[in-house]
Amino acid sequence: MIPTPDLSHLRAEDYEHVYEPAEDTFILLDALEQDAEQLKSMTPRISLEIGSGSGCVSSFLGSIAGPSAVLYLCTDINPHACKCTIATGRQNKVPLEPINTSLAHPLLARLHKSVDIILFNPPYVPTAYDEASGAQKDRDIEGSWAGGQDGMQVTDKFFSQVADLLSPHGRFYLVAVAQNNIPAIQRRMEENYALESKVRKISSTFLSLDTLHRSFFGDVLAANI
Amino acid sequence: MVRLITHNLLACHVKGCTSNNFPLEFKDVQLVPHESWGILRYRTKLPRCLDDDFLKTLHHVLLEIHVEEGIMICPNCKHNYPISNGIPNMLLAEHEIG
Repeated sequence: MIPTPDLSHLRAEDYEHVYEPAEDTFILLDALEQDAEQLKSMTPRISLEIGSGSGCVSSFLGSIAGPSAVLYLCTDINPHACKCTIATGRQNKVPLEPINTSLAHPLLARLHKSVDIILFNPPYVPTAYDEASGAQKDRDIEGSWAGGQDGMQVTDKFFSQVADLLSPHGRFYLVAVAQNNIPAIQRRMEENYALESKVRKISSTFLSLDTLHRSFFGDVLAANI
Repeated sequence: MVRLITHNLLACHVKGCTSNNFPLEFKDVQLVPHESWGILRYRTKLPRCLDDDFLKTLHHVLLEIHVEEGIMICPNCKHNYPISNGIPNMLLAEHEIG
């Protein structure tokens, strides 16, 4: 049993601007824990988390793969999230490297086919198109869940980057919910980017987080090339 | 913290800026631990024979030095990317996004 990262340094004020780890975070941790031996035997060199928020997931991966063996790159469009990511890394003795940016744009030129592990718990809640675009522009907590059409507006943009970034035996973990139409996601990934995936049914609890109007009934998709 | 290994992976991504957009030039930086400026003029080409001392120095430069404050400037389009509290701000304005 790998312990959940220590988040005791984060305060209620932080969670006004940054997504607080919840059920969807924990299913991603469960998937990584299930794969711990495989992930270690891959001897990964670079991991990249998109939308790292509190920094909980990359810190957890750090406790699996080792704090100094891997470069833990984390991006988030929200500057508050980048601060929390760095603090959570320090708290858990994993040197996380947050970059305040959208998806992986400034890394594409240099990390072609060289990222071994990509992690993404995306904004997957179906909303109006404008709500999702507005949330990305505002760079605050709403951007962590507002997902636009089918909840896939942000995730769909990232798929082409995954194909560019992932190393030959690299692995991509994505959190998705039924409303995202998971079979259609798998088809698009396979047909457009030759990414084979399998669905990991980890949780079927239904949570309603009233403050965020976010409900969760989801799975983790693990994909590789 | 922006370690030099991370700086070495960042390229300018302003719309249309696709050549000579790497490495970003440092300006007005504060380093932790404190080091002389000369270290930022590092080159990416490595000599063929790497002895232990060289590898130790390389490890120190790439993994132990952090840039806490400063600016990274694109050698091509001169876009400025600030670093504040060890976090590089690579966000672009709407009209700059490709």
